[in-house]
Amino acid sequence: MRSLPLITSLAWRNLWRNKRRTMVILFAMVLGVWAMIVTAAFMRGMAIQMLDDTVNNLTGHIQIHHKNYLDDPVIENSFFGNDTALLNTLKLPDIIHWSSRIRVPAVISSERETRGVVLLAIEPEAEANISFLKNAITEGQYFSSNDENGIIIGKKLAQNLETRLGKRVVVMSQNTKNEIADSGYRISGIYDTSGEGMETDFIFITKRAAEQLLDSTGLSSEIAVITRSLDTVLSVQKNLAAKNPELDIQDWSSLQPYTKLVVEMYSDFQYVWHLIVFLAMSFGIINTLLMTIYERTREFGLFQALGLKPGFILVQVWTEALFMLTIALFIGNFVSWLTVMTTGDGIDVSAFSQGMELAQMSNIIPFVILFEDLLLANIIVIALGLLTSLYPAWKASQLVPADAITRI
Amino acid sequence: MQNTDNQTVVICTDLSKTYQQGLIQVHALSNINFEVNKGEFICLSGPSGSGKSTLLNMIGGLDTPSSGKVYIDGEEIDKLNKSELADMRLHKIGFVFQAYNLIPVLTAQENIEMVMQMQGVSKNERHHKSLNILQEVGLGGLENRKPTELSGGQQQRIAVARAIVSRPSLVLADEPTANLDSLTASKLIDLMLQMNELHNTTFIISTHDPMIMQRSKKLVKLHDGKIIDNIIQKNNV
Ligand SMILES: Nc1ncnc2c1ncn2[C@@H]1O[C@H](COP(=O)(O)OP(=O)(O)O)[C@@H](O)[C@H]1O
Ligand SMILES: [Mg+2]
Repeated sequence: MRSLPLITSLAWRNLWRNKRRTMVILFAMVLGVWAMIVTAAFMRGMAIQMLDDTVNNLTGHIQIHHKNYLDDPVIENSFFGNDTALLNTLKLPDIIHWSSRIRVPAVISSERETRGVVLLAIEPEAEANISFLKNAITEGQYFSSNDENGIIIGKKLAQNLETRLGKRVVVMSQNTKNEIADSGYRISGIYDTSGEGMETDFIFITKRAAEQLLDSTGLSSEIAVITRSLDTVLSVQKNLAAKNPELDIQDWSSLQPYTKLVVEMYSDFQYVWHLIVFLAMSFGIINTLLMTIYERTREFGLFQALGLKPGFILVQVWTEALFMLTIALFIGNFVSWLTVMTTGDGIDVSAFSQGMELAQMSNIIPFVILFEDLLLANIIVIALGLLTSLYPAWKASQLVPADAITRI
Repeated sequence: MQNTDNQTVVICTDLSKTYQQGLIQVHALSNINFEVNKGEFICLSGPSGSGKSTLLNMIGGLDTPSSGKVYIDGEEIDKLNKSELADMRLHKIGFVFQAYNLIPVLTAQENIEMVMQMQGVSKNERHHKSLNILQEVGLGGLENRKPTELSGGQQQRIAVARAIVSRPSLVLADEPTANLDSLTASKLIDLMLQMNELHNTTFIISTHDPMIMQRSKKLVKLHDGKIIDNIIQKNNV
């Protein structure tokens, strides 16, 4: 196209003909792009945070259970967690950590109170890699070995039981012989999470200690698995399921359908939000272009008189819009990046802490800019921007030259 | 192929244009029959509203006639679509209007080169030709000025330069001196006459300026959309 250099230079110079107007519309567009990207980053951060919390809060990416365990979580529905064949199937490059646990309903009593809880028997070293517990200890200590005979309980539970670090409690549960068994433990650690749900529900002892209480040597209720990344979860889950057909192997999304729902909702919300912001922006774009065209009517007539085709005029106005959109995106992306960089770890939302705790979320929401989110915002602005500016551009190209020229 | 001097460049037959203004029909042109030969310098005169602009617009294909036909270089322009019409103007017709002839964001030289660029003339040739013609119209050295940095007379000279630079079959000038003082106007007419002599470019100029009428070689008088007089004058240059 021999007219392209002429068109681009005309469009570029025309863009800066009315500097103030161009600046104003650019500012509005940058604001829009910024709102799109930063909001998307916040939503994405929220979703990822929530997912992280879910995975950390004992779920892991994948869990292995006895076929009947999820329907009836009792000690009979457990499997041999250190079976060599099973452990061999876990030797996949995409699996970075796993931990085997016993999880049974239990009753805990202090000198004063009694509460129903979930008893988790863990392998301290492996567990430290995959769940929140080790980092959440605020009093006492995490288990230093599998031989320890202490118990770790939540801060809120300790309050409810009116007990404290160093005191003894009794835990009662049903053992593998269907008998009620009980055992006493000294409180060796107290953990504190941002929500209180975890704190009242879960108590922890070592797996070795549980073997004495429950007569459960070699047994596991669950193995929680952490994969290299979220993207590999599905393939690992399929792989494990195929190799261990007698076991129930599920990923986080089927174990925690609520989390999955919310994460998906955040993604969908982005589209709606982008469209709303764009709609506001498009009024500015159309209005500016129509104003521009009105002012330049005579010029467009002149172009036609000089032998330039309607298509030339259309492309020229369109190119002007393209320049405007590109500049706005360029600055908008940069300013968004700057915003995200300068907020560091994220936004502290502890003011809304109660709501967050209800959703079992942390108080600091990080901004997360995913390439795909960035791409979506940019594509929406460019594609819809060009689409909306097609109308003014087309209008400019349809002027009757004789009428356009006589208008001064 | 069109080098013979008495080749007919424009033929209008029974050309009429009627505008609908509300309930009233305005007969801007009625049954115009009109011919222009190669190299002629024609002055289209008549009072305001007599149909001069309308006639020039019909000839240049900027508007379509209500009836009748226009031929440019033997081609009936009514049969051309929008894009072919644009091409016809690009290659065969130069326009000079009363004012605002130049694209404001382009320099004097760029304004002149623009048309050549669309015609596919090479960069070197355009450059060379535009500087030459600027020299010819007496504006050498002003090639990098923007239209706002030029006087009205200078702007009109550049418009004339642009109109003739690629040797069109025809230059249509609609009251080119109306916004100029008489001295500047006179110089512009000199320029157009000179270009007419030098390049044998055909000019049709509309005006109600007696000075131009007097100096043109052929005078066509319009009144109420009709040709009332068609006078061959002596060459007064
Ligand atoms: N677009 C138009 N709509 C309606 N009437 C028009 C239009 N253009 C010109 N006319 C009318 O046609 C007549 C001729 O106009 P015009 O060709 O501009 O005359 P001139 O150029 O000789 O002054 C005038 O009466 C004018 O009002
Ligand atoms: Mg007129």
